[in-house]
Amino acid sequence: MAKASITFEDINVTVSAPAGTRIIEISEKVGSAITYGCREGDCGTCIMKVSEGWNNLSEPSVLEDKILRENMAGKHNRLACQAQVLGGKISVKPV
Amino acid sequence: MSKPILSNSAGTLQAVALSERVHWIGVLDPNLRTFDIILKTANGTTYNSYLVRGSEGVAIIDTVKEAFAADFFTRLESVARYDEIKVIVLNHLEPDHSGALPELMRRAPQARLYISQKAQSMLKALLKQDALEFTPVLTGDTVSLGDRTLSFLHTPYLHWPDTQCTHLIEEKILFSGDVFGCHFCDTRLFNDQVGDFRFSFEYYYAHIMRPFKAFVNTALNLIEPLLPLQQILPAHGPMLRDQPQRYVQRYRELSRSALESDIGADEKTLLIFYISSYGNTRRMAEAIYEGAMSIEKVRVSLYDLEGGEIAPFVDLIEGADGLVFGTPTINGDAVKPIWDLLSSLAVVNLKSKLGGVFGSYGWTGEGVKMVEDRLRGLKLRVPIPGIRIKLIPTDEEIYLCREFGLELAQELLGLRTAKVIDLADLG
Ligand code: FES
Ligand SMILES: [Fe+2]
Ligand SMILES: [Fe+2]
Repeated sequence: MAKASITFEDINVTVSAPAGTRIIEISEKVGSAITYGCREGDCGTCIMKVSEGWNNLSEPSVLEDKILRENMAGKHNRLACQAQVLGGKISVKPV
Repeated sequence: MSKPILSNSAGTLQAVALSERVHWIGVLDPNLRTFDIILKTANGTTYNSYLVRGSEGVAIIDTVKEAFAADFFTRLESVARYDEIKVIVLNHLEPDHSGALPELMRRAPQARLYISQKAQSMLKALLKQDALEFTPVLTGDTVSLGDRTLSFLHTPYLHWPDTQCTHLIEEKILFSGDVFGCHFCDTRLFNDQVGDFRFSFEYYYAHIMRPFKAFVNTALNLIEPLLPLQQILPAHGPMLRDQPQRYVQRYRELSRSALESDIGADEKTLLIFYISSYGNTRRMAEAIYEGAMSIEKVRVSLYDLEGGEIAPFVDLIEGADGLVFGTPTINGDAVKPIWDLLSSLAVVNLKSKLGGVFGSYGWTGEGVKMVEDRLRGLKLRVPIPGIRIKLIPTDEEIYLCREFGLELAQELLGLRTAKVIDLADLG
């Protein structure tokens, strides 16, 4: 199975995870400080910054785009409860 | 100056003139004792709402808590008709200011609502209503009322992400929302006439604004260039018409630290707090302290929670880079002094500070995990898994504690080597 390698910069931990895994599942296990609220893409609590590998994540849905816009998120931000890792290298941190 | 007249001879509530074109149409809530669960007030509060009359229409700045809507509408009707209202501004969407909004919009359907960009998603959630039309505004956006102009200043986190202030340019009046406000209720309404309310002003700052000091400073950068202002009109408490700049200055003072720290800019601080019943958690704490002390450029301090009050510890924590908590697990939980300290930290910004937890236990050690989760909830990063030791620590376990201290200190300086793991190994 294809694997992605995702680094949580705040705790300096890199995890190798199968393609399709949502970032929320990985970050909670390793204890990154990205925090979650609704866990389903509705509240914007889990906004994180993607510093590397933007294109190695699943595309944001229309709903995610809307929540990002409403929270005035920058162009490097995604919802950690929505974004899935697809492969390659990714680097993220809490905002 | 004479006392403001709040109602006419027939007992009907009246608006209070603040200038020829500006009126207070707020309400008094003298019976409130607790606000938002955490704030106390010994004489209630006010929900201040304001009306501005321009040559081409009327603007309402903020409304009141829903239960007080009737008083608000009566005061409004004493100075304007609903069909004259062209603009409604909400500086802040918390229900104490947005409560009467839906009814106001029903009575003045032609009015346009102006809220901050960040308020958009909240508006829907708060009012449970989709069809509300509004214009989102940013710092520098203006709305004309003919010979009067409103200009907006986005001041996020004072008190919610959505908060803004509104400047009435021609009159040098700032409608400041929760900023410069306090929960204080006095029928004399103005800062030069009410009883001494300084304690209330300071208390409000300490609980509402202090966690967002950095945002207070940014907001003041927008507000100070507007000085001298004729009046600052907050959403709660006395209206500041006498030397309003003093309150701006006070916010600036409060948002700086009191005494410059002696700790160098290239150094990091690590605080270890513990509580121990049989001395086991204390022995762990001492070993962690020793381990961390072996790293230069990290100033480590060790504190027994039994010997301190919470408030000074909160100040200490606000300025620290790393925090370590030691707690025994008793009856399946961390102990109360730890939770008391953690629950007092909502008033300071903890984001991205380093956190760590340790403790001894008899049967089960879930206290450590619970405190770790709480630290993450408080936005600390907890990169090094905590240590739990059953009863009396062995020499080997004491060694582990030293390593834990050392690693925490290294982490603070960015010296820890990166860790690579496979998701499957995490279980
Ligand atoms: S947790 Fe609510 S949007 Fe992700
Ligand atoms: Fe508020
Ligand atoms: Fe308020």
